[in-house]
Amino acid sequence: MRITIKIKRQESREAEPYFQILVWDCDESTTVATLLREINAAVINDTSGEPVNEIAWECSCLQKKCGACAMVINGLPRLACDTKIGEIKSNRIIIEPLKKFPVVRDLIVDRSVLRENLLAIHNWLEREAVVNKKNTDLAYDASRCLQCGCCLEVCPNFTADDSFFSAAAFVPASRILSELPKRKKYEIVTEYKKHIYDGCGKSLSCHNICPAGIDVERKLSNSNSVAIWKRFFSKE
Amino acid sequence: MSIIIIGAGLAGLSAAVTLAQNGVSSNLISSMQSERAQSVMAEGGINACLNTMGEDDTVENHFEDTISSGMYLADAEAVRGMCAAAPGIVERLGSLGVPFSYNDKGIVQRSFGGQRKKRTAFVKSSTGKMLMTALIDETRKFEAQGLIKRYPNHCFIRLITEDNKCCGAVVRNTYTNRTVSLRGSVILASGGLNGLFDGMTTGTTQNTSDAAATVFSQGVELANLEMIQYHPTTIAIQGKRLLISEAARGEGGRLFINRNGKPWYFMEEKYPELKNLMPRDVVSAEMVQVAAMPECDSQVYLDMTAIEKNVWNERISDLREQCVHYLGIDPANKPIPVSPGIHFFMGGIRVDREHRTSMNGLYAAGECACQYHGANRLGGNSLLGAIYGGQIAAQTAMKEAADNTEEIIDIAEEPAEVSCGFARTVSEILYKALPILRKEEELIAAKEELNLLKSRAGNRAELNRLNLALAAVMSAIERRESRGAHKRTDYPDRDDVSFKKQSVAKISGDKIDISFKEIKGRRD
Ligand SMILES: Cc1cc2nc3c(=O)[nH]c(=O)nc-3n(C[C@H](O)[C@H](O)[C@H](O)COP(=O)(O)OP(=O)(O)OC[C@H]3O[C@@H](n4cnc5c(N)ncnc54)[C@H](O)[C@@H]3O)c2cc1C
Ligand code: SF4
Ligand code: SF4
Ligand code: FES
Repeated sequence: MRITIKIKRQESREAEPYFQILVWDCDESTTVATLLREINAAVINDTSGEPVNEIAWECSCLQKKCGACAMVINGLPRLACDTKIGEIKSNRIIIEPLKKFPVVRDLIVDRSVLRENLLAIHNWLEREAVVNKKNTDLAYDASRCLQCGCCLEVCPNFTADDSFFSAAAFVPASRILSELPKRKKYEIVTEYKKHIYDGCGKSLSCHNICPAGIDVERKLSNSNSVAIWKRFFSKE
Repeated sequence: MSIIIIGAGLAGLSAAVTLAQNGVSSNLISSMQSERAQSVMAEGGINACLNTMGEDDTVENHFEDTISSGMYLADAEAVRGMCAAAPGIVERLGSLGVPFSYNDKGIVQRSFGGQRKKRTAFVKSSTGKMLMTALIDETRKFEAQGLIKRYPNHCFIRLITEDNKCCGAVVRNTYTNRTVSLRGSVILASGGLNGLFDGMTTGTTQNTSDAAATVFSQGVELANLEMIQYHPTTIAIQGKRLLISEAARGEGGRLFINRNGKPWYFMEEKYPELKNLMPRDVVSAEMVQVAAMPECDSQVYLDMTAIEKNVWNERISDLREQCVHYLGIDPANKPIPVSPGIHFFMGGIRVDREHRTSMNGLYAAGECACQYHGANRLGGNSLLGAIYGGQIAAQTAMKEAADNTEEIIDIAEEPAEVSCGFARTVSEILYKALPILRKEEELIAAKEELNLLKSRAGNRAELNRLNLALAAVMSAIERRESRGAHKRTDYPDRDDVSFKKQSVAKISGDKIDISFKEIKGRRD
C-alpha cells in the first residue's frame, strides 16, 4: 500500500519543530519501527523535494519488551515496534514524539523525570520482600512496567515538572508496596500519598493505553489499599 | 575510590550493587536506561542447584553439566565458583522480591537444555524482566544514598590508558553530545557482540559490539570469538530474530520434521536421554542436518500441542501470547515452524578467574566477557554468569583500585559512529562465513572481503568494527577442529591436544594475531 507519512522533526532541544511529509510504499504488516529503519536506510526526498535526513528515534528490543520506541502515532502514544501500519486504518500516518517530555532530537525525548520520580517516592524495598501466593501475580504484573511513558501522555494530571507522578510511578510502587511486610512506617508510604494518591483524579484515562497490557487500574487500587488503608499483604 | 561501570544490564547492576554494599561508589554508564538493556528480554530462567524438585540435585551436577556442555573450554575453578554461589544468588533474588513460584521446599524449577535435573528458576517466560526490575529497585536504594551515580544515555567512547594500565574512560552524552573523561578503574559490562550480526540476532540493537571493538583496538585481548551460539528455536520477524524460549521444550515441546510425509521426532530418536533438551549446539546442528536430508522437508517444527492447559496458564502464558502475536499461530493448537538463529556470544573480552582483563585496572563481566560458558552456553547460565561475574569483577576492582579523586573533564571530540550501511555489509560477510557448519574456503573468502573493506572504513568506529569482525573470522580459521558451537566440515573431530585452549586475539599496530593459550585461572 502507498502511505503518506507526516513526521515531526526537531534538530535539537532549542530548534523549532516542523513537519516533514513523505510518501512510502509498504505492506500492512510493516511496523512503524521497520518503517523508520527503512526510511533511514534509503536516500529519499520529501513531498516538497527536500532530502529526508536520518530520523532520530530510539529502539532496543524490537519486540515490545523495553519501552524505548514509545512515540505518538496518529494521536495515540504507542510502541513503534508494536504498531502495524494496517492497524492504523488510514493511509496517512502522523508520527510525533511523546509530548510530555522535552524533545532531544526528532522522536527522541528525555524521559529522565521517570527515574527521578521513582527516586523521589523511595521506590525500593526497605525490608526483605515477602512473596507468597497472595501477591505473586500482582508483583509479576507490576514488575512488567517498561517505563515507556505512554500512560503519562494521556494522564490529564501529569506534567513533567509537577509533583504528581502518575501511573509510571504507581505501577512500580505497587510491587514494592505489595511485598513489604506490615509495619507502621515506610518512606514509600508517605511519599506515595504525597506524589500519587493526592494528585490522581482517578479518571483512569491511563487504563487502556499501557502497551505492556498491565492492569493499571488494579495496580492503583492495590497500592492505595496498602499505602492509604494499610492493608498489607503480609505480616512478615 | 570510585569505579566506572560501562553497561547497566544485569552484570553492570550486580557490580554496582556489590560495590555499594561495600561502601564503594560507582559511576554507572549506559547507552540507555536499564529498562532497555537486553537482560530484560531473557525469558526461560536462571540456573542454581536449589534441589527443590525432589531430584537429588547437587552443585557438582550443575558444575558437570556446565563444563561438559562447554566442551571443557571454560576455567573449571571459575565455573565451580559460579555454581557454588548460584543457590545464594537466586535466594537473594527471591528476597529482593522476584515473584518466583514456591513449593514446600522452596523456589520451583523447570527443565532446561543440557541439564539432567530441573535446575532453572523462572518467572513464567519473563525471568530477565523480573530480575531486572528487582535489581533496578535495589540499585535505586544506593542511588539515593549517593553511592551509585547513573549516566543513562551515555556512550562509551574509549579507555584512558597509561602503559597498559586503564585509568578511566571517555564517555559521551548522546542527548547533549557533551563528552567527558572520568577517572577510575573500569568494569566493562556492555553485553554481547550483537552488532556484528546487525538485525540477525535475538537480542537488542543496543549491544553494538563497539565497546569490545574499542578496547580490542586499545590492545585488550579477546578470547574464543568463534564461539557463537545459534539457538535452535527462533523465527525471523521484522528487523530481528524472535526467540522461542527453551522453556517451550522444557515444558514438553517436541521438535520434528516431516520425513517421507510423516513427522519424525529426530531428537528423541537420536538422543534418548535428553531428547529435545540436548545442549543448543547439538540441537541446532541436528536441525541443519535433518533439513538437508533428501527424504525430509526443509522445515523443522516445534510441537507444543500436548502441553497441558495449566502449564500454559501458569508457566508459559507469555510465550503463547508472543507466538500468537508475531506468528498468528496459537502453539497450543498447531506446531510452529522454527529455525536456528544467533543468540549468544560465548567469546568476548578475555578475563581471568577474578575477572581481570589483560589490561591492569580494566575488568569485564556479563556477556561481553569470555568466562563460564566455554564452547557452548547452557540456557539459564548466562543470567547467573552475569550476576556472579558482576560481583566478582566488583570485588576484584575494589581490592585493586587506587584511591582516586573524582574528576570529570570536558573533552572536545567529534563523535564517530558505524553507519547502517557499513554495519550491514560487515554483518552479511560474517553471517555467510560463520554459520552453524563452517568451511575453511568460506572463512578465508570472508577474511579477504573484510580486508578489502578496510579502505572503505570512514572513521575510527568502523575500523574497530572491522578489526573485531576480522578477529572473529581469523579465530574460526585457526581453530582447526570441531567443538561446541564451532563445527567445521573440514575438521569434524575434537582435537584436545592442540585446541583444548582459548583462542586469543590481540592487535598490535594494525596486525591481528591469533594464538591458543592454556585455560588458566590467573592472568599471565
Ligand atoms: C531473547 C533472549 C532471551 C534470553 N533468555 C535467557 C534466559 O532465559 N536465561 C539466561 O541465562 N540467559 C538468557 N539470555 C541471555 C541473557 O539475557 C544475556 O546474556 C544477559 O542478560 C547479559 O547481561 P549483561 O549485563 O552482560 O548485558 P546486557 O543486559 O545486554 O546489558 C548491556 C548494557 O551495556 C550497555 N551498552 C552496550 N554498549 C554500550 C556502549 N558502547 N556504551 C555504553 N553502554 C553500552 C547497554 O545499554 C546495556 O545497559 C537471553 C537473551 C535473549 C536475547
Ligand atoms: S487515573 Fe487519571 S489522574 Fe490518575 S494516573 Fe491515571 S490518568 Fe492520571
Ligand atoms: S504503566 Fe504501562 S504505559 Fe505506563 S510506563 Fe509502565 S509500561 Fe509504560
Ligand atoms: S524497541 Fe523495545 S519496545 Fe520497541
